[in-house]
Formats: sequence, C-alpha cells, structure tokens
Amino acid sequence: MPDSLRLALAIAGKDIRAELRSRTALQSALVFAALVLVVFNFARDPTALSAADLAPSVLWVTFALAAMVALNRAFTVERENAALDGLLLAPVPREALFIGKLLANLAFVGTVELVTLPLFVLFFNVSLGHALPGLLGVTALATVGFVAVGTLFSAMAVRTRFAELMLPVLLLPFMVPPLIAAVQVTSRLLADRPLSEMWGWLRLLALYDIVFVTLCMMTFSAVVDE
Amino acid sequence: MPSHDGALLLEVSGLQRSFGRVPILRGVDLSLRSGEALAVAGPNGAGKTTLLRLIAGLMRPTAGRIRILGQSLAQRSSPIRRSIGLLSHQSLLYDDLTLLENLTFAARLYGLDRPAEVAASALEEAGLARRGADLPPRLSRGLLQRAAIARALLHRPKLLLLDEPFTALDASASERLRANLRDRLAAGLGLVVVTHHLAEVWQLASRVAVLVDGSWALDQPREGPLEAFLPHYHRLTSA
Repeated sequence: MPDSLRLALAIAGKDIRAELRSRTALQSALVFAALVLVVFNFARDPTALSAADLAPSVLWVTFALAAMVALNRAFTVERENAALDGLLLAPVPREALFIGKLLANLAFVGTVELVTLPLFVLFFNVSLGHALPGLLGVTALATVGFVAVGTLFSAMAVRTRFAELMLPVLLLPFMVPPLIAAVQVTSRLLADRPLSEMWGWLRLLALYDIVFVTLCMMTFSAVVDE
Repeated sequence: MPSHDGALLLEVSGLQRSFGRVPILRGVDLSLRSGEALAVAGPNGAGKTTLLRLIAGLMRPTAGRIRILGQSLAQRSSPIRRSIGLLSHQSLLYDDLTLLENLTFAARLYGLDRPAEVAASALEEAGLARRGADLPPRLSRGLLQRAAIARALLHRPKLLLLDEPFTALDASASERLRANLRDRLAAGLGLVVVTHHLAEVWQLASRVAVLVDGSWALDQPREGPLEAFLPHYHRLTSA
C-alpha cells in the first residue's frame, strides 16, 4: 500500500475511533437532522404544497445543515491539546492528511444521511421504491463535493476565534451549486423521470467533485501550514 | 559532559520572526552538533517557545534560515520531519483516544514497524505501562507530561526540542527523564531544552544560552556550578 494511502487511512481511522468513543458529532448531527425534518413537516401547509414537491428541498437542506454540524467537529478535535501540531510535525504529506480527514468526514456525513433517509420517508410519506439506488448515487456524488470543501474550510476556520460560526459563513456559498443540482436530480428521481433529464445536473455534480476535491487538496497545505 | 564533536545537526542563521509589527526574534544564530545539549533560558516573552516552534517547522520565519541535517527546513521533507521530536506546552494527545491508542497512532504517522509494540514500549519507558488504557483527561498533570514526553521520544528523533520538560514531573520521573536523555545524548542525540529552571538541566547541558528580547544575551559552554552562573544570569535578564 502506498505510504500516503496508509497514512490517510490511519488518520481517518483515528478520527472514526475517537468519534465512536465520544459520539459528539454524530449524535448532534442526527438529533439536528431529525429536528429539521420535524420542523419542516409540521410547518408546511399540505393544502398549499404537496409533500412530493417540497420533499427534495427539505431532504437536501436537512443533509446540508446536518453535515455542517458534523464538519464543525473535523478540526476542533485537532485543536484539543494542540493535536494538530502533532500531525504537522510528522512526516505526513499534506495531501494524505487532507484525504484522511475527508474520508473520516465522508463516513460521518454518510452515516448521518443514511439514518436521516428513513426519517425523511417516514415524515414526508414519499415512496422511494426504485428511486432508492439513484438517490443513494446522487447523495454520494453531491456529498463528496461539499464535504471536500467543508474539510478545507473546517481546517481554515479552526485557527480563528469563532470556528463554529466561521464554517457556515465560509461553506454555505460553496454548497449552493451541488445542493441545487442534487435537489433537481432528486425531484426528477422521485417523479420517476427519465435519466436523460438528469444528465446535465449529474455532470455538474461530477465536475464540481473533480474540481473542488483537486483544488482543496492542492490548497490544503497553505491552509494548515503556517 | 557529552562531547561536542558530532555531526552538525542544526544550523540557524539570522532567524527573525514577528507577529504583526511586533518582533519576537531579532536575528538569532545557532548551531548544534550531535551529542550536544543546549539549555536555553530567558525571561517570559523572550522568544524561547517561538524559537522551538520555528526550528520544529510549525512556524515560518519572517527572515533567516534553518538547516537540519544539512537540508533547508523550508523543504519540509519527510527525512527532516522524521528527525525532529518536539515537546511543547501541550500534550499533542487526543482526549478521546487512550494513551496506547494515541502513541500507536503517532507511531503510524512516523511509519514505525509494529506501532502498537513501539507504543507499549514507550509507555513502559515512561513508567506508564499500567495507564495505557486511560484517556488523557483522566491523568494528572504529571502523568500527562510523561505521556507527552513518551510521544516526543517515540520515533527516536535525532534532534529533540523540549519546552519546559520537567514541568509537573515528580523527583523520580525527573531523574528518569534526565537518565533517558543522557543515554540518548551519548548515542548522538542533539538536544535543545528551554527552561526557566536551569537547575533542572544544568548537569545535562553542554552549553547554556540566554535569550533576552529576541536575541542572544549569552551562548557559552556550561562550566562550573550553577550557583556561580546564576548572578550573571540574573544580571542579563533583569537589564
């Protein structure tokens, strides 16, 4: 196994182990996601807007806000006891450090999304049926992009005095393109529309992933190294 | 006293560092050979911790050059990073990992073979063999310091940078650390130790330097008893 991959897996494994012990990020994000769904469910007027019309937006707003809660934890854990210094001192390529943190964040956000999905079905009474594989696919595609950007910004925000406030301010504008694309694809999937109607949005998501994962990896060193 | 004729480990020339417009280091020169131990003392705010962080590569200098094992620190290459060990004011340990998990993770970062065994042996060396399953927040300040020292020494660095290493250590742990450092110095380690209490490192040091207001007020071989040096030190630092 190449050294960088071994190091990235070690870093991701460390984060997952620490999170499984404390459950800080996962529990907060899951409770938050459930609350958002409850609020949206009871706030909407069913006579004015059908659940099917509203559901894709609600789903992605829930995913995005819950991801923000999980991403906030990504580098605050490195701030305790200046643990980040320990990572930066070690002979770890910064790309491996980024990939390790990205993998751990994808595991957290992916878990939150997987738990949120059944709640979404329950609250909004949507039938996923044969849309499920497609929905899982578009969720994966959109999540990779905004979690990559969130990982970079989480590293940037943690050096500021108000890290928890800075992350949403930095990240939300960059989440808009993948969220719009994901909502568009999700609404077409739930309406059982043909794949040809989604291609453009799927290409946008794939392009976003390629561009931002590459950019974030390239700029990560400048963010974490003083 | 250890010999000073080892290979050149560290060369620092014209090192400057400012925070905003406030200069912290004002052109520091320093060299350290294998087997040499430099004790750095000075008043609060003299720039001692900043000097260590710059040498460790955790900060970029405003001006000046740092070379470790003949390579520029700016390259931040793996061999250079592997050769540095740092004990800072904080433990660098994760609160949600046990001591053994923390040190095993550190061993993995340094690419050591059998990381779990290396970590267990480092804990044993620090007298923490029975505390491996404890989380850092459950440890006393002294035990935490021992764990932090174990982490800094884990990968057997060639250049060791220690910032107040004896803080919170009891007499027996302090003596154990001194003996450990003596052995490592004899094996070729280069040591820079920052302290406010010269008595703790006087016998260990081969050189003593005093940093005042970001520049050296003194850098000389350690000679004679500490009691003879202290009046001179107080004059330098109270000026």
